[in-house]
Amino acid sequence: MGTLPSDAASVPDYGSLVREDRVHTSLYRDPALFEAEMERIFTKTWVWVAHASELPGKNSFKTAHVGRQPVIVTRDRAGQVHVLLNRCRHRAASVCEQKKGKASVFVCPYHGWSYDVDGRLRAVPHAAGYAQDFDKADYPLVALRTEEYNGLIFATFNPDVEPLADYLGPAKKWIDLFMKQGAGFGVKAAGEHRFRFRGNWKIQLENTTDAYHFPIVHKSFLTSLDDETEELFDVLGQGGWIEDLGNGHSVMVMIPDLVDLEENLDAPIPERFQALADELAAEGHSDEQVRRIVRAVGGTGFNLNLFPNVACSMAFFRVLRPVSVTETEISHIALAMDGGPEAGNRMRLRLHEHFQGPMGFGSPDDAEGWERVQRGAAAGEDLWILVNRGTDPLTGHGAGDNVGDVSAETGMRAAYAMWKRMMTA
Amino acid sequence: MSLETDGAAIDLHEAIAFIWREAEMLDRCAYAPWLALWSAAGRYVIPIDRGTTDYAGTLNVAYDDQAMREARVKRLKSGFSMSSAPPARTVRTVSRFVETAAEAGAIELDAAMLLVEYKYETTRLLAADLNYRIVRANGGLALDRKVIRLINSDDALHGIGYLL
Repeated sequence: MGTLPSDAASVPDYGSLVREDRVHTSLYRDPALFEAEMERIFTKTWVWVAHASELPGKNSFKTAHVGRQPVIVTRDRAGQVHVLLNRCRHRAASVCEQKKGKASVFVCPYHGWSYDVDGRLRAVPHAAGYAQDFDKADYPLVALRTEEYNGLIFATFNPDVEPLADYLGPAKKWIDLFMKQGAGFGVKAAGEHRFRFRGNWKIQLENTTDAYHFPIVHKSFLTSLDDETEELFDVLGQGGWIEDLGNGHSVMVMIPDLVDLEENLDAPIPERFQALADELAAEGHSDEQVRRIVRAVGGTGFNLNLFPNVACSMAFFRVLRPVSVTETEISHIALAMDGGPEAGNRMRLRLHEHFQGPMGFGSPDDAEGWERVQRGAAAGEDLWILVNRGTDPLTGHGAGDNVGDVSAETGMRAAYAMWKRMMTA
Repeated sequence: MSLETDGAAIDLHEAIAFIWREAEMLDRCAYAPWLALWSAAGRYVIPIDRGTTDYAGTLNVAYDDQAMREARVKRLKSGFSMSSAPPARTVRTVSRFVETAAEAGAIELDAAMLLVEYKYETTRLLAADLNYRIVRANGGLALDRKVIRLINSDDALHGIGYLL
């Protein structure tokens, strides 16, 4: 394993491992550093746990993780969302092992302690066996601070962290743009592909903001498309850009025409969506409605990378979960129009299946690439990972003075600057 | 899924021999002859929700018509997909056959598959329930439906750079 530079008190000097244009190989390899990340990053900042549509109605829940800690995300009878540690306060057994569902109470299977969906301890069997001063109010499921922005639900162990809206900052505008793919119906989670790869979580964090790999790694995806769509996915050739949004967040615009899905509704219907447009028109949708749905059906033209664990990636949510220093779990959550026409939603599912998932035309090659990074990083423990592509901003670009070329490694530098800030705080 | 068939009943043993031939082709990555095993309207499906039969309305690992099967094979054989160049080695067995329906020129059966894959010093085991519809067409048998319900389809999988 790589050794960390240490100061005299043998507290590792994490700050020395991240420079402006490179990061040290130990960031992918060092188990002790991974433990420190779980403490200094994943318990200290906002971590994405759910989309509001995954909790449809009162008493709905899903299970998730904040860092490595299992949680239950619940919606109570008043509609409020709670994020609760999935651990009975008695002897630690998990109180829920379902991925999602409806429940008005969580009963620990071991000794029968029961909890309300807001975490309150409702009852314990044979309560007379406890001392007089035993107070159920002292033993709720541990609740995390929970906030929501435009359907994205985040939780944190840190009571002192800034409000979510402040943490997201300029990323909020891009979240709002991303949600326009609901085409007026709203966005709804519509199933997910989950897969693991044998590599460090930051390899995936980098990848969401890496346009440089696209034409290389995804050549076999590109050649499976019709000519018009292949041209659309020429992500390095359309004047796209990348922008550091602060706090480790960044946006990478690959298809500038698809930044705002409510613009350019008069554009010609792409050939690959003509049959869908015809079907929607035959169902009685107005021409305006058809154009709005069709323009949004393939998702946006950008990846919004939110530090540390979620991205709004073109047409889906990408969620990462660190499992160990060399293993990461990824969810690609498909999105549909909430209550929108089935024909459009079926098209969205087929597009998602085409690229994503363990047998998609894109994801397996990404995963293989990330594993190759981890395997290669076994060599050269003194070497560095370069993130020095495109350090000069573009001059005169319409998107602003501080944007780089789409293939610049600006988003990685933004994430690592935040990593450094949090690891040395 | 209905199609023109030539009507003669399909014997279970004939169907099993056909399935074993298919399995052997897949282990050899002989994908061009595998494509030729299919009826034009056939569907190759790997659902995520093991309980669903509404494949069109839910997210799947794969939901392939003929065009998508052809595109998939082209990709796997292109040499430009690093997850399938080289692919993992696989050895699979298909067994526990149960005939579930039969009509003139068609048979449906359930089966179990155990598949071992090997790549990069790692050996993995995949298990799946299989459902087939096989029809008699053009003087031989053809796959009209193959549904692969992985035992852990709704859990985290790994990249699969070959065909199940």
